[in-house]
Amino acid sequence: MLEIYGAKLPSRLILGTAQYPSPDTIGEAVRAGGASAVTVSLRRESAQDAAATGPGGKFWSIVRSLGVPVLPNTAGCHTAREAITTAQMAREVFDTNWIKLEVIGNHDTLQPDVFELVEAARILCDEGFEVFPYTTDDLVVAERLLEAGCGILMPWCAPIGSARGPVNLDALRSLRSHFPDVPLIVDAGIGRPSHAATVMELGYDAVLLNTAVARAGAPVYMARAFSAAIKAGRTAWHAGLLEPRDIAVPSTPVIGMATFT
Amino acid sequence: MAELTLVVNGRRAAVSSRSLGALLSELSYEGEWLATAVNGVVVHRDDRATHVLCEGDRIEILSPMQGG
Repeated sequence: MLEIYGAKLPSRLILGTAQYPSPDTIGEAVRAGGASAVTVSLRRESAQDAAATGPGGKFWSIVRSLGVPVLPNTAGCHTAREAITTAQMAREVFDTNWIKLEVIGNHDTLQPDVFELVEAARILCDEGFEVFPYTTDDLVVAERLLEAGCGILMPWCAPIGSARGPVNLDALRSLRSHFPDVPLIVDAGIGRPSHAATVMELGYDAVLLNTAVARAGAPVYMARAFSAAIKAGRTAWHAGLLEPRDIAVPSTPVIGMATFT
Repeated sequence: MAELTLVVNGRRAAVSSRSLGALLSELSYEGEWLATAVNGVVVHRDDRATHVLCEGDRIEILSPMQGG
């Protein structure tokens, strides 16, 4: 079973909660996919809305009812200072030391600012946070994050929401081989269940995704599809995959073939 | 009592409250699912009642929201 910061997660799918057609659909998708945790955020809310339905409204009521751990994020932060303050506020609201640390460095690609990310990770780890850093697939940055105290790495496989799937398998493979004992979760860029299966076949520990489920034609069915793909990829990795070869190798034995000439 | 002019969640607001705790009540924010910061520094739940507000303070009041 996947263990992160001492917590045992019963599945290898973590789902985001944004962009669903309705709050009810979030709950149905999380249940259908068997997600072991969900990501949430903190945002301004008008006093009128907060007073009418309670802070967070129906969304938060449904997420609480799911009984799965929440992983608050620092989405939208562009500096270490912003991310640290957001993390501290999230800890107060959600009563968890978990924080998905996002520090965005580029508006077009939503690429992490890895310099601010490492700085924020160091400070938050020192403050007792259990940091889930959203990072690139850069090996040296990964080393710095681990040195900062992170117990897990969450590299992207493509830009957030792009649905492109793993664009640099070599880099993902390199991270896996360099850090065999560190939980690795692909976060961002997954568009299809086959993408999720692919990274799980590399030996990744879990997948975090949002848009591919939330914006699917039928999010609940898509959550189920991702769950199946993740399990398939994980099982395949355990089973041991063939390495690609440049030449054909007959699968049917040639010994004992009849001769007709 | 003279009003204070604050910036609450990015909008100017004239209020009579002198503490962060009183401000939340004045603006009808209720419940435990809130986080607060003043001038970029977190003010924890237990400290809100005694946190004195000053003219021009920038207040952030945040609630749980969807996130990826």
